[in-house]
Amino acid sequence: MAELTYRQAVSAALAQEMARDDRVVLLGEDVASGGVFKTTTGLRERFGADRVWNTPISEQAIAGAAMGAAMGGLRPVAEIMFSDFYATCWDQVANEIAKVRYMTGGQVGMPLVLRGANGSGGLGFGSQHGQSVENWAMCVPGLKIVSPASPAEAFGLIAGAIRDDDPVLVFEHKALYGRKEEVLDGEHVLPLGRARTLRAGRDLTLVGLSITVGICLAAADELAEQGVSAEVIDLRTLVPLDAAAVLGSVGRTGRLVVVEENPGQLGWGASVAAIAAQEAFGSLSAPVTRVSGGNVPLPVAASLEAEVDVTAARVVAAAQAVLGHGRQRSGITEQT
Amino acid sequence: MDVQDGLDLYTRMCFLRQFEERADVLYRRGLIHGPVHLGLGHEAIAVGAASVLRPGDCSLGTYRGHAHALARGAPPDAVLAELLGRAGGICGGKGGSMHITSVPHGYYGSYAIVGAHLPVACGLAWAAKIRRTGQVTVCFFGDGATNIGAFHEAVNLAAVWRLPVVFVCENNWYMEYTPIADVIPVALPAADRASAYGLDRIVVDGNDVTAVRDVVGAAVTGARDGRGPSLVEAQTYRLKGHSAADAAAYRPAEEVASWRDRDPLLLTRTALVKVGTAEAVLDEIDVRTKSSLAELARQVLERPVPEPAGAWTDVWSDGSGQWRN
Repeated sequence: MAELTYRQAVSAALAQEMARDDRVVLLGEDVASGGVFKTTTGLRERFGADRVWNTPISEQAIAGAAMGAAMGGLRPVAEIMFSDFYATCWDQVANEIAKVRYMTGGQVGMPLVLRGANGSGGLGFGSQHGQSVENWAMCVPGLKIVSPASPAEAFGLIAGAIRDDDPVLVFEHKALYGRKEEVLDGEHVLPLGRARTLRAGRDLTLVGLSITVGICLAAADELAEQGVSAEVIDLRTLVPLDAAAVLGSVGRTGRLVVVEENPGQLGWGASVAAIAAQEAFGSLSAPVTRVSGGNVPLPVAASLEAEVDVTAARVVAAAQAVLGHGRQRSGITEQT
Repeated sequence: MDVQDGLDLYTRMCFLRQFEERADVLYRRGLIHGPVHLGLGHEAIAVGAASVLRPGDCSLGTYRGHAHALARGAPPDAVLAELLGRAGGICGGKGGSMHITSVPHGYYGSYAIVGAHLPVACGLAWAAKIRRTGQVTVCFFGDGATNIGAFHEAVNLAAVWRLPVVFVCENNWYMEYTPIADVIPVALPAADRASAYGLDRIVVDGNDVTAVRDVVGAAVTGARDGRGPSLVEAQTYRLKGHSAADAAAYRPAEEVASWRDRDPLLLTRTALVKVGTAEAVLDEIDVRTKSSLAELARQVLERPVPEPAGAWTDVWSDGSGQWRN
């Protein structure tokens, strides 16, 4: 057992997989010196210059080289320093990497990982360095999407992403990089596409991803003090989506609040909500509700940022509204 | 010119020419679903470059890619089936004309976003360098691609990392419908950019198949021997429009006529006649190739269409298309 920060867990996952499989190679801006978020610290020294390659500031070249290397027999892990920068190489990601297996009738595989810092988290990174952009990828068939919520999760899910034979985008939350957690010794690897239930509950289901998982847990604590039992689910991956975990939970609780950090406009929460509305309609006692970041570019001043970021208080308020809807039918009015 | 060598090159170019002519006929008969971009006039580049590659080498092309796939040995019936949307298409009907790919023959795909495949070529070359396989990657692209960011990012990366890759610009002087001279501040789109990346200025007559073979051959040898990348500008001309739907009326008639005089097949034919080959021998190759492709098209058109269920496969490595449970 060792205490690891989230950023150390990222590095540990990369090291674990590089030691296991010499086809795993890293490329990206500043990765040889550890990277701006210190997620590749020590890897060049340990694995050598042939395994860890610094690139120019050329995201198209980075993503494209990863794609070619995947076709050429390697399992590259490319760092896109800030996920906002996917906009500069979206052709490579959305038109090439996502589609080449399909367009060639399965002639090529695409075992690669693109990873980097994502999200707001109240750090003042603003509109071009603070976005949560999982949604950009979620509307493109052919990309898997991973967003770890804790150090142990980052360790296992990144290892799982590297072992996966499909292209995986890993969105590491920059506000979680400093979080610490006791992590068991030994190998860590988690399969993609399996949500986890962090807290069992009877009255409603809170679904989160990445940083909003912690927000959901904080909200669940507060709700518990009010006598409400909230179930908390971490989706872990948006593609593959463990819809069954959400539907199973909603089947028991009858109420669903989906919590996402990105703007709500066509957010991933809309997909989850639509699935629940359509496939768990008979179980629902209240409208499916979404809590999301504001539908504005991300401002920088702390007071403005706090205005649009997702908070536990907003999740609690949404939960209360959902519970209010269902009171008469569910008969829990007397309890609250 | 050695007669046997010349006849071999002529026969290969003739096949590509007749394949494209047949594709044009099929397109006009409404038998091809979607756009088609013909490589008519570019045959010497495809044949000359392919002739210096080894079986394990990699090549990539653009949406004008039929010839590059065939030149590496892709089975013509499977390529034609892909164009015609019939069973047995080389990409299972999921790629079509613009995405012809034949990995078993080292042809890693035709890419339809201008410039997108230059970084991909870097990646293939990078893998070969790391794995020390000795493979070389050749990447074909048009003059228009030299104005897109991916071109500059890729050539820069290849130079900085000294990758075993040869970039071959097929300069046919038009980016789609616009003369390339209107949209570049230098005379030559690729060659005049080479010095920015510390590369030699290399220009070759792209209609002279042996010149292409020599120049690309030297670049491939350099790449294989660890001397890093090259950027070759092969000058050629589209004998028809940007796509099969384009009549190319924007090109001056005298310009088209002067390039028709420099048709790559005509140049090779003239060289062969000069060393004693009878015109009748070459005519016979033309006729035989044309009729064999007409017969091939007839056979492929008799095939059934792909099973609709195929649309749901090949998204993921397990063969499925499922994104959720």
